[in-house]
Amino acid sequence: MSKHAMIIPQLLAENAPALLREWMEAQKKSGALRSGQITEAELADDSRRLLAALRDGAATGQFEDIAASIWDQSRAVLEDVSRSRAMLGLLPAETATFVFSLKEPLFALLRQKIGKDPDRLAEEIWRATLLLDKLGLYTVETFQKTREEIISRQQQELLELSTPVVRLWNGILALPLIGTLDSSRTQIVMENLLEEIVSSSAEIAIIDITGVPTVDTLVAQHLIKTVAAARLMGADCIISGIRPQIAQTIVHLGLELGVVSKATMADAFALALRRLGKAVVERASERREI
Amino acid sequence: MTVGTSDDVVRVRQAVRARAVEAGFGIVDQTKLVTAASEIARNTVDYGGGGTLRIEIVREGARRGVQLTFCDNGPGIADIKTAMTDGYTTGGGLGLGLSGAKRLSNEFSIESAPGKGTTVALARWKL
Amino acid sequence: MSEIPVLKIGDCLLVSIQVDMHDRLAMALQDDLTNRIVSDRARGVMIDISALEIVDSFIGRMLNNIAAMSRVLDAVTVVVGMRPAVAITLVELGLSLTGVRTALNVDKGLALIRQAIDDPGDALGRREG
Repeated sequence: MSKHAMIIPQLLAENAPALLREWMEAQKKSGALRSGQITEAELADDSRRLLAALRDGAATGQFEDIAASIWDQSRAVLEDVSRSRAMLGLLPAETATFVFSLKEPLFALLRQKIGKDPDRLAEEIWRATLLLDKLGLYTVETFQKTREEIISRQQQELLELSTPVVRLWNGILALPLIGTLDSSRTQIVMENLLEEIVSSSAEIAIIDITGVPTVDTLVAQHLIKTVAAARLMGADCIISGIRPQIAQTIVHLGLELGVVSKATMADAFALALRRLGKAVVERASERREI
Repeated sequence: MTVGTSDDVVRVRQAVRARAVEAGFGIVDQTKLVTAASEIARNTVDYGGGGTLRIEIVREGARRGVQLTFCDNGPGIADIKTAMTDGYTTGGGLGLGLSGAKRLSNEFSIESAPGKGTTVALARWKL
Repeated sequence: MSEIPVLKIGDCLLVSIQVDMHDRLAMALQDDLTNRIVSDRARGVMIDISALEIVDSFIGRMLNNIAAMSRVLDAVTVVVGMRPAVAITLVELGLSLTGVRTALNVDKGLALIRQAIDDPGDALGRREG
């Protein structure tokens, strides 16, 4: 493919300090430190590590496949940089720029060394561009992945915060569902309810859906399955808070809830108490006028 | 592993459970997978004349799963469609083995023909 | 005589399934229980499955059989202690426990049996699995 010996590996090995210096200048000029979230020392450290990894990776002359093991170290450095930038809330563009900004000093160095041979220069520049582009894209991908991990972890935390199972009374649980229910969230919530039924030996669980804007087939199916599972375990469910629109949807979808439902949680609670053979009575005496 | 006797069915459950735990499955996913395995293992012993099971942890991008492949050289199933309907049983069972296992799995496939034995592959993923 | 111990509490039989049962054991248990219902004149059978991590269609069939046989012998069957993961899986599996009443624990199970025996008009039970 190439008629000339590769020069980039040699360049990287022999000119590391100078290249690092030029690269730091280029980065500072393009505002890498402007946000103040990264110190110059940190940037220098990241840059040095990447250069060293690139030097090792470039030694074989294989520039096409960055998934190959020779580029493991480079990818590791980039993952590290991406991750820490993502955590700081920086933009993905800034992380990619970290890689792309190496082009300028590298090309300058190439021109300096082999500028007299335009063919060869073009070839080496092309090779370097290919590599740095791929690595730059890789940082963006890693960045996205980290952000997605953060988001899903936050979702999980939100989930746990927003669906507590409440012990209303001895043997009566309440599960007030709030917000839209997606499949995975519903499953987790329902599992929690069933676990709580066991740990508090509650025979009745009131599932309140007042705070749920829409109930589609999937959500309704999950509800039905949860009720069935509770029944298998020896507990009963009452669904409360069914708004007129939801009632219409349920009928429209032809769903059979198979469980008693009440309009309000208060009604459901009253029913639960009755079922357990309990009653609320007003105490006769002790009412003194102040 | 071999699945030849009813004692093996118990061992299948234990082995599948261990792999599911290894793959990071939660308790519900574990239970569903092991129960599906139990159903097919029983079929393999009762109708397939014994066979084998291969358990693999599989990866697809970020998600991990467990794949089970049951093979036997038994008489095979002539009418797979009917065999997969709820309640259909030739042996006095509840008729939920195949259809139930399918419902408990994310992926399910069955190949069988009279005289050619049966292969059932199922997989469950952890998201 | 099955290896699973069957206890007598008043006019009830209590079985606690601790082990992962294989087929012979399950059959032996069915036979054993049926014999004991007759010999001990039991009115109730309580099966504690709180230690069972898996209930497949075979175990389900066993439970249904036990319930059917005890009904013929005028006894009530209650299954207690089903784990949430098992319950969720059974619903997904499509398995229904016909003729089997369920309760959360042994205490509630005994109360349920008492209620069913004392109020035989409630033949199908307030709640079946």
